[in-house]
Amino acid sequence: MHSPSIASTHLHTPGEHHAEHQTGWARWLYATNHKDIGTLYLWFAFAMFITGGVMALCIRAELFQPGLQFWQPEFFNQLTTLHGIIMVFGAIMPAFTGLANWMLPLMLGAPDMAFARMNNWSFWLLPPAAALLLISLFVPGGAPAGGWTLYPPLSAQAGMGMDLAIFSIHLLGLSSIMGSINIITTILNMRAPGMTLLRMPLFAWTSLVTAYLLIAVAPVLAGAVTMLLTDRHFGTHFFNAAGGGDPVLFQHIFWFFGHPEVYIMALPAFGIVSQIIPTFARKPLFGYVSMVYATCSIAILSFMVWGHHMFAVGMPATAQLFFMFLTMLIAVPTGVKVFNWIATMWQGSMTFETPMLFAIGFVCLFTVGGFSGLVLSIAPIDTQMQDTYYVVAHFHYVLVAGALFSLFAAVYYWLPKWTGYMYHEGRGKLHFWWSMIWFNVTFFPMHFLGLAGMPRRIPDYALQFTQFNSLATVGAFCFGLGQLLFLFNVLHTIRGGVGPAPAQPWEGGNTLEWEVPSPAPHHTWESPPDIAMVRRGLIAQAVYHEGEDEA
Amino acid sequence: MRGAVMKVVRRQRRELPVLLLSLCASKVMAAGEFWTFTPPASQIARQIEGLHSYLMIIILIIFFAVFGVMFYAIVRHRKSLGHTAKPFHENTTIEILWTLIPALILLGMAWPAASVVLAQKDSRGAVMTIKATGFQWFWAYEYLDFGFGFKSKLATPQAQIDNHHTGGESKNPHYLLEVDRELVVPVGQKIRILTTANDVIHSWGVPALGVKQDAIPGFIRDTWFKAEKVGTYRGQCVELCGKGHAFMPIVVKVLSEPDFKRWIADQQAHAKAMQDDPNKVWSAVELIARGRQVYEANCQTCHQPNGKGGGPFPALAGSKVATGAKADHVHIVLNGKNAMPAWSSLSDVEIAAVISYERNSWGNQAGILQPSEVKTARGAK
Repeated sequence: MHSPSIASTHLHTPGEHHAEHQTGWARWLYATNHKDIGTLYLWFAFAMFITGGVMALCIRAELFQPGLQFWQPEFFNQLTTLHGIIMVFGAIMPAFTGLANWMLPLMLGAPDMAFARMNNWSFWLLPPAAALLLISLFVPGGAPAGGWTLYPPLSAQAGMGMDLAIFSIHLLGLSSIMGSINIITTILNMRAPGMTLLRMPLFAWTSLVTAYLLIAVAPVLAGAVTMLLTDRHFGTHFFNAAGGGDPVLFQHIFWFFGHPEVYIMALPAFGIVSQIIPTFARKPLFGYVSMVYATCSIAILSFMVWGHHMFAVGMPATAQLFFMFLTMLIAVPTGVKVFNWIATMWQGSMTFETPMLFAIGFVCLFTVGGFSGLVLSIAPIDTQMQDTYYVVAHFHYVLVAGALFSLFAAVYYWLPKWTGYMYHEGRGKLHFWWSMIWFNVTFFPMHFLGLAGMPRRIPDYALQFTQFNSLATVGAFCFGLGQLLFLFNVLHTIRGGVGPAPAQPWEGGNTLEWEVPSPAPHHTWESPPDIAMVRRGLIAQAVYHEGEDEA
Repeated sequence: MRGAVMKVVRRQRRELPVLLLSLCASKVMAAGEFWTFTPPASQIARQIEGLHSYLMIIILIIFFAVFGVMFYAIVRHRKSLGHTAKPFHENTTIEILWTLIPALILLGMAWPAASVVLAQKDSRGAVMTIKATGFQWFWAYEYLDFGFGFKSKLATPQAQIDNHHTGGESKNPHYLLEVDRELVVPVGQKIRILTTANDVIHSWGVPALGVKQDAIPGFIRDTWFKAEKVGTYRGQCVELCGKGHAFMPIVVKVLSEPDFKRWIADQQAHAKAMQDDPNKVWSAVELIARGRQVYEANCQTCHQPNGKGGGPFPALAGSKVATGAKADHVHIVLNGKNAMPAWSSLSDVEIAAVISYERNSWGNQAGILQPSEVKTARGAK
């Protein structure tokens, strides 16, 4: 097999010409290699996932029965706030950045990310940010207790835990922006010859669009929390009506960030699923170009619908109609994506390894979340559902079954490439089915709770909500427990799994990452992959037709 | 079992999606029908429920159609059955179709929804206006057309809420959904509700009446409802407003027209009788007795009946504030501090009384305070 780049990698012993190739702790602290940094991101995200998950279980424990059992209401509010912030900024987003770091250079045929040292910096901003959040639990007044949306004036009332959270969000925003700059530059400048933008893997596309979204909105959030900070300490009155400000202004700014943020957590998932389904259906992705267009239209629409989070603040009828119509419109490109995935499966030759199971699980549950999103987009219904458990059910269907399941799919899909070993298929499937069942037991009843009117963020509830809450709590503990199986599976694979993995463990995978050996050597694509190799992958992705002129 | 299902079918023939959900949840349903909308008691609420059912029918059709195709593929087009992949990968016609058709379906949803939005936002022509003010953590109502108002607070005893060690007292059927004084309105009349808040954002909503409106400090928003049936309707604050968020229910009691008239007359007479003479000089015994009522109604949830405090709330027995300078004590009650909200909504008499009570209970002996002193302090602020 002709692969000069890999051969050249193997000619050098480690450290021979890369003086910076450190070992031990220094390897990680000074990491500039995209694979090391990807690994760091992924482990960090997992640690945060467990932290946020334990908080979720504390919340569910309190809600098992009506009455106050374990926590006082103030601490309960701190738990819900930290759970939200940690899962969004600490778990899901870093996990996607980690995947982009690990896989983009491999998939694009690039030797590393564009700005390797900035990459190190953007990762190492995360642990201090997480520390600030967790330290806030132990300061006078406790952690922020105003919900992850931090609406003033409630957040203006809070103790110094809120200031720590604000600084933490600043650091997280900086990290995201640097990560995004890196992703954009890598994708735009470092693709292998012959791989035009409309011919790169869809995961690269969704990462690119996501990175642009982040650069657009991370500063908006930073601005909002900075205004909150100056309101708290420097006598400004941006959000204080007594000084001529407006509390609702914060909501507008927050959701102008917050709605695109939803897609920052969803688009990379679309990309992952668009890599995995074709692989296990042994067919090219259906409608590549419409997938790209759908991704871009979702991204653009996401900037114009923030008002649907605020249907209860009392906006004029015209504004409600405007936001309602645009929000409904998002269902169109999202629908196109789902139809494309199903058309990819149609007439395929499918097998159902763990990554495929998680990908199909994603399609099913994300669609359910999309449907409840459509219900919520209808302003009069939203009036009933606003701030009830229906909303909690909705966004957990898109964020757990969407973002998280796609991450599980990605980990099982690329684990052989990362570790050089195959995971245990039976245990992977067990993890899928366990998660799938208990996820639904946890979150499906919340639709009913919301329809019946149970408000979210309450530590104690009226008696008629008892059965569904108890059921959800049982589901949550089982779901949480199942994630230890995931950890076990990953550790087991790292330590040898069920045996060494070939360069291409999946029959149907064609993208460039499968051309390098497993585990992927520390340095890959030091010279770009040859054009025949790139074309082979492109033909399999149906974005390059034999005989077509090279762009 | 079969009979029970048929009963459900008859009752909800027009609501196929609800029926399907109900079958899934039949076991839970047996414990009470708390899995869907509370029965609507206003036209808007009924329209909302209707919209939801209509949407659910469309959604379920799409759901079964789309996933029918997918699961057919999953069952039949698998490698283990020897199915070989057909590598087609685009079809412009079908891609245009499945963009246009969903757009048309959406149009069919948007049209009826828009008319409900317009009706919901139209608060003109109300027969009376009631202002609802959110406080941390209760509601205050003012009947603007009748010149009186009152506070409406959680009536569930703390002993029912606290069951961390004992399992607590057994709970009322309306646990957390009961108040000491309900909002009372006449049936069949358009009632306009103005919402605002004293401290942070709250949200005033009653599902059965199809209303929900945030209450925003410094701003006034409005909404309306017209209850169609006499009865009691319950809701809760639905915007996170701090530690007491779960404990500020909204109860609307809908009376017939004559009952409502009688109620209004009673209230007006009562308000007049209760009005405190601002120039009266109170005796210590009077003040402390009145103060005890105020304390029990407003303060003891946090500071405890024995004045020992708890959690972030300091003890009042022997505290610096309750035994030190009167001015500091008045300042904290009027303006709040940290987790303690400002209590400036209490009257001068109430504040003087509660401060006098606090300064002369649990072993404190720090003298009483007259309402006129509170009035002065308020003016100085």
